[in-house]
Amino acid sequence: MTEMLILAVVVLGATFALALLGMLRQGTPTDRILIAQLLGSNGVGLLLLLALLQEQLALLDVALVLAILSVVVVIAFTRRGKEQADA
Amino acid sequence: MLDVISLLLIFSGLAFYLAGTIGVLRMPDTLCRLHAVTKADNLGLGLLASGVLLQLSDPLQMLKLLLIWVLVLAASATGGQLIARHTLDQKPNGDPPEDAR
Amino acid sequence: MKAGALLYLDLIMVILMLVLAIGALHARSLRHAVILFIVFGLVVALAWARLRAPDIALAEAAIGSGLAGALLLAALRDRRPGDDATRRAPVWQSVAVGGLVTALVVLLAWAFLEVQGGRANEPLANIVQATLHESGVSNPVTAVLLNFRAYDTLLELTVLLAALLGVMSLGPQRSPMRAAEPMAAGLIGWLIPLLILAGGYLLWVGAHAPGGAFQAGALLAAAAVLAHLGGRREFQLPGHTRLRLLAVAGCAVFTLVGVSTLLGSGVLLQLPSDWAGGLILLIELFATASIATALFLVYLGGHPPSWNSREVHPDA
Repeated sequence: MTEMLILAVVVLGATFALALLGMLRQGTPTDRILIAQLLGSNGVGLLLLLALLQEQLALLDVALVLAILSVVVVIAFTRRGKEQADA
Repeated sequence: MLDVISLLLIFSGLAFYLAGTIGVLRMPDTLCRLHAVTKADNLGLGLLASGVLLQLSDPLQMLKLLLIWVLVLAASATGGQLIARHTLDQKPNGDPPEDAR
Repeated sequence: MKAGALLYLDLIMVILMLVLAIGALHARSLRHAVILFIVFGLVVALAWARLRAPDIALAEAAIGSGLAGALLLAALRDRRPGDDATRRAPVWQSVAVGGLVTALVVLLAWAFLEVQGGRANEPLANIVQATLHESGVSNPVTAVLLNFRAYDTLLELTVLLAALLGVMSLGPQRSPMRAAEPMAAGLIGWLIPLLILAGGYLLWVGAHAPGGAFQAGALLAAAAVLAHLGGRREFQLPGHTRLRLLAVAGCAVFTLVGVSTLLGSGVLLQLPSDWAGGLILLIELFATASIATALFLVYLGGHPPSWNSREVHPDA
């Protein structure tokens, strides 16, 4: 069980790195924030697996906070200021 | 037995994460990429979380895990819509996207 | 797969942190730099989780990635056309910073080797564990932060207050946003209560598990930031006097407790072990309020209308 969990964590970590390299290649900020969202849920997944693997259930709280705040970032990115709305 | 089911769920979750990531790398434009990302968010995390859920013993922790999943589910659906609108808002009038600045 | 395979994950994270740090410094535009910085915070939070330090992972996920990200994105939106021109730092500055960082790395490496070599008298963790029952809480991190080394935390709160006063002197706050479109408004509408709930949870759980005032304050501040991002009119900051009281409450209560222990037992911040649990909760409660206030006001990037005058401004 533990070995397979370690394998899962390493695979998810590699996926994280792959997505991130894709982000560095992408052109527009919108694409990048999109990948940042993917990385956020990837990170949530990593935290859940680490919580099991390291037997630290407190990491579930970290996952919860990360999940909420990555939404806050997406909202902050897509909101427009006043002037832009009127222009 | 429980372990096997749990691992099965976790690895099928990983498959969706991988698919989402490859989708983001290979899809031609932002809206297609968005499509790929939301699949990874919802199914990948959902399967992985249910795999982890089977390993927990405390019902409160299970509830928290469920909350995380529902939160990501709702947030990524709405967040995806916000990003899509943001993309469309920049395109129509032909002026250079905000990003070019 | 042996346990050593986890080293691959650690290696990936170390490389990603370096790539992101370099990428953020040399990004094409400020927007790219900001997004890379947000992801950098995410990877750092994961690294702390991997190092079995969930307390710091929580703080990093909340402040380093989330709040700082929202702040920087909002600041980007408010910049004027000329602001993008990047100024190259003079050579002496780069050399000075480089020298200081190198010295710090050498110092840290020396401290690390010293501890690893076992030449330090006794691992600090053992001392904390041995005296944990006197601290009034069962989470060792909270015990250190609010009891054994309470003056460090008091000074941190003071630093935060000083930073807040600096930002308040910059000028008026950033302009309010227009009201959000229905989708965003709906999302913000249920995220705010969830953030407040999670903040209260982290404050309470801090006594026996990772959490505490900084994490809780950051989540409350994030709720206020969301209300500002959504352009919600019904959300208003308290007026002049109450706002200032909120900003200093953490420092004030902390100092008050310190002075009373000084009068009672002759030692500053030596919490009596019978009352320690209650006193720690009291300090953390007020500290949370002050931290949330400070972080949100810093996000506003300047003073709100009610900061300077006693009049009540309707669009504060």
